[in-house]
Amino acid sequence: MNAVWAMARRDLLLALRRQSEVLTALFFFVIVCSLFPLGIGPEPALLRKIAPGVLWVAALLATLLGLPRLFAADHQDGTLEQMALSPSSLGLLVAGKVLAHWLVSGLPLVLLAPVLGIQFDLAPDALLVLVIALLLGTPLLSLIGAIGAALTLGVRGGGVLLALLVLPLYVPALIFGAGAVEAHIAGMAYAGHLSLLGAMLAVAVFFAPWATTAALRIALES
Amino acid sequence: MLSVSRLSCARGDRTLFSGVSFALAEREWLHVKGLNGAGKTTLLRALVGLAPPLDGEITWRGEPAPSDAYRRDLLYLGHHAAVKEELTPLENLRSAAALDGLALSERDALAALIRLGLRGREALPVRVLSAGQKRRVLLARLLTRPARLWVMDEAFNALDTAAVQLLGELVQAHLDGGGLAVLTSHQPLPVTGGRELIL
Repeated sequence: MNAVWAMARRDLLLALRRQSEVLTALFFFVIVCSLFPLGIGPEPALLRKIAPGVLWVAALLATLLGLPRLFAADHQDGTLEQMALSPSSLGLLVAGKVLAHWLVSGLPLVLLAPVLGIQFDLAPDALLVLVIALLLGTPLLSLIGAIGAALTLGVRGGGVLLALLVLPLYVPALIFGAGAVEAHIAGMAYAGHLSLLGAMLAVAVFFAPWATTAALRIALES
Repeated sequence: MLSVSRLSCARGDRTLFSGVSFALAEREWLHVKGLNGAGKTTLLRALVGLAPPLDGEITWRGEPAPSDAYRRDLLYLGHHAAVKEELTPLENLRSAAALDGLALSERDALAALIRLGLRGREALPVRVLSAGQKRRVLLARLLTRPARLWVMDEAFNALDTAAVQLLGELVQAHLDGGGLAVLTSHQPLPVTGGRELIL
């Protein structure tokens, strides 16, 4: 487990040194979420209805924005080779990178979402469900995204390919994440949505680092 | 300890070399030579396990490599700088050690950097260092990461004469201590003994 922390610490330190990359994705999230109420106009009922979907889609796209760089820098400067040859397991190092990615680009979205939700006239308890859904969903986005980032590593124009590859895989997270908030607003049970989101996260925590590692080894062969 | 038999490697459809065999014991080193594009880097990458060879066998201490035990004994320095531009040399050295699961105190890391002639540069971001100094940051890992087998690709590039001399001494000390080394270089190396492999 030390390898996970060591990797996460190094990546957090790097994120601290190049804050602009991190802030770009956050500003993107804030601006996209703020444009919808401005564009649609002050109709509380309509805004409440679209809020979960808009917030989730924006979170999904904001996560996607930073993904191409997840392994690209390490690949370019040769650090990835050293990671692959390290006595520590590459799977654990990858898990550390995904953890750092989530802390830097997922967790801020979770914390910002309730503030942005107010613009959509969401009630406090609906905001709470939104935060819980994002808390379960954003790590899932990082884990799935890591697989895509590893698969498209070193490919020219990989950014577009990455979006085409990863966005369809984000659909279940989007459906159940936004669905939980919608169900709550409609006065229905939402625990099922959150349970499914949690189940998907549990599966991804186990399998995504492994799949990412396999993809990285292939990328390193050339 | 290290034995390679009938190794073949290809790049794309083109076979670069085939039937390469050699064995290295303690205190021995191999100088891989060849024209540009002959496959020196490919041979080294196959040797460390980054790119699986087309054919052939690599064993370390009698067991098939690459294995976990092999990776613990191995230190590979490739073409790339393998240092983070945003971090200082000290942070680079310590984070690299942490990723390998080693605890490296700040004092030991500093001592290694000073030995490599980076006194006064340890707190600057690597970004502002010259190519040769970046290389020295990477070479400091030779002092901080214990390994029996050193595999170095063009390690002597971008280094000034003093650094070439120093690296020669480090390799010599490593060999005298019972280590093994596989090096590629176009220039004669300041290390005694050694066998040649021409691709």
